Amino acid sequence: MSTESRPGRRACVSALRIVWLYPDLLSTYGDRGNLLVLAHRAKRRGLPVHAFEVASHEPVPDSADIYLLGGGEDGPQALAAQRLATDGGLHRAVARGAVLFAVCAGYQLVGASFFAKGARCGGLELLDAYSDRGPTRAVGELAGEVDPQLGLPALTGFENHGGRTHLGPDARPLARVSVGVGNDGQTEGAWHGRVLGTYSHGPALSRNPALADLLLRWATGDEPLVPLDDTWPGRLRAERLAAVKAG
Amino acid sequence: MTDGKLPLRTRLASTVSRGAAALSRATGRGDGSVIGGRLGLLIDPELLANLAAGRQVALISGTNGKTTTTRLTAAALGVLGPVATNSFGANMPSGHTSALARAGNTPYAVLEVDEHYLSAVLASTSPRVVALLNLSRDQLDRAKEVAMMAQLWRDALAQHPGVQVVANADDPMVTWAATPQGPAGDGPAVTWVAAGQRWHDDSWVCPRCGAHIERAGGQWWCTGCPLRRPDPQWTVDGDAVVDPGGIRHHVALRLPGRVNLANAATALAVAAELGVPVARAVPRLAEVTSIAGRYATVARDGRTIRLLLAKNPAGWLEAFDMAEEAPTLLSINARDPDGLDTSWLFDVDFSSLRGRRVLVTGDRAYDLAVRLEVDGVAFTHVRSFDQAVAAVPPGRLEVIANYTAFQDIRAELDRVN
Repeated sequence: MSTESRPGRRACVSALRIVWLYPDLLSTYGDRGNLLVLAHRAKRRGLPVHAFEVASHEPVPDSADIYLLGGGEDGPQALAAQRLATDGGLHRAVARGAVLFAVCAGYQLVGASFFAKGARCGGLELLDAYSDRGPTRAVGELAGEVDPQLGLPALTGFENHGGRTHLGPDARPLARVSVGVGNDGQTEGAWHGRVLGTYSHGPALSRNPALADLLLRWATGDEPLVPLDDTWPGRLRAERLAAVKAG
Repeated sequence: MTDGKLPLRTRLASTVSRGAAALSRATGRGDGSVIGGRLGLLIDPELLANLAAGRQVALISGTNGKTTTTRLTAAALGVLGPVATNSFGANMPSGHTSALARAGNTPYAVLEVDEHYLSAVLASTSPRVVALLNLSRDQLDRAKEVAMMAQLWRDALAQHPGVQVVANADDPMVTWAATPQGPAGDGPAVTWVAAGQRWHDDSWVCPRCGAHIERAGGQWWCTGCPLRRPDPQWTVDGDAVVDPGGIRHHVALRLPGRVNLANAATALAVAAELGVPVARAVPRLAEVTSIAGRYATVARDGRTIRLLLAKNPAGWLEAFDMAEEAPTLLSINARDPDGLDTSWLFDVDFSSLRGRRVLVTGDRAYDLAVRLEVDGVAFTHVRSFDQAVAAVPPGRLEVIANYTAFQDIRAELDRVN
């Protein structure tokens, strides 16, 4: 990989490009929140940001720094996987080292395969994982200790999905589940390189500002970021983690 | 219909239903709008059908505006005679049963129907008219997703080709649901109302073919199939409702917001289908001032407090349109009736509140705080409604709250109606 094409270096000279893919198909639970939180945290540090959306009838640019995928119903999920595979822009971006953060249906479709409307659908194969249907729908608070390699505090979120996800040897679990179901009741989410997926749906980053900062760091060149005043996200995290412990 | 003509089991069930409702009210356990119906239906499963028989029934359903439109429709139909209605917002079959049992013998009934129960209530009440307001995301941790809901409505209406539908031409999901034409081109007759759609984010994908839906100049159309906005017979223009004959009716509505004028247009359209002369119905709409606390204005400690209920993203957009430029209290809970998931807060754009004095409270005030911070809206966190009132200067205070948060504040204000 040449220095010119490395997203982290480009961010120093031009705006950080954050793109939310296919909001017309994958936007069910406040998924816009991840775009807003990343842009907000970058701007508060004085980083110029270009945050934008690409709809499913538009080409996917391969030059952005961070790509976001949200959650959605079965039909739109299958359609999104099909169009992203045909387009190829996201694959080129990830191969180049761009960051991809995918939640819920978006997380399932970056794996090798997933179930939608009763049929197995081919995924994007950007994570070594596949998904099938679980015995029950997982709905409720989700919490767990994050993979120590990522150096993050506990994950907290809300999940709502009928799938179960199985990781292959090339993907590491994002977290070990303490509350909720996640992938299979044991582990939750997955990551490899700069691709990270989670069942913590919708605005997952609003409750996990350290995870948001990890994605920003991956995109801007791994240098430490100036700490922000996270009083309110901190209170929200403390309240949610205490609530699931008590409940 | 008279009580004497009803089957014995139905008469008994109806009596028990009314008795239980009265008991519920007398003991302060509830307003009686659910428990009576539940007991009555246990004794006679056909109770709702039997109570509806012989009445001209109109059903009102949709994600937002059901309760208000039901109240407005009942007011308009009052021109013709007594109307039974579930005015407490108890919008499932037990609530419908209670409402009809309590009202006794009325020639008309207007029932607000939870979206999920439209099919069942269509079957049991054989309505003359069904009004479909809108469909958007609402409590997704337990509700059906929007496209599935539209499909359920469509399937239900296909079973009732004789019903007159009044539907919102501006909502692609509603339009599709309202037109389940069979192979012979048969299906319910539809009267279209330009009821507006401020929230577009659940209808960018065509429910019929999956292609992208375009919007421009108040029109919408699918880029992949013939589905497009039907020409409406009823429209809203300024503060007037324009009827199918092109006659403008100035409506001196006492409820705020463009959306309530659209609700009034739907109510007038439903009433007109049942034979109400529009000009006679219009003055009745001005008599509606608040609905179970919604839009109510209360004076306390020199503050004029107005209550707005907003339960989902589309509702919050409408509430921001109604709220005056004044100090604003936002309150959010995530208890069972609200849905346990607060993710939807990120579907709402709060940036129009910038520059206003904003206070946040409720069980999930921290979720709101994080959301407002991201939108660059300055706010103060308060622990109670009283603290909020004390924190603002005398004058107007706008309150926007979701379901149980709204009920909590209503309780603080002596259950204002």
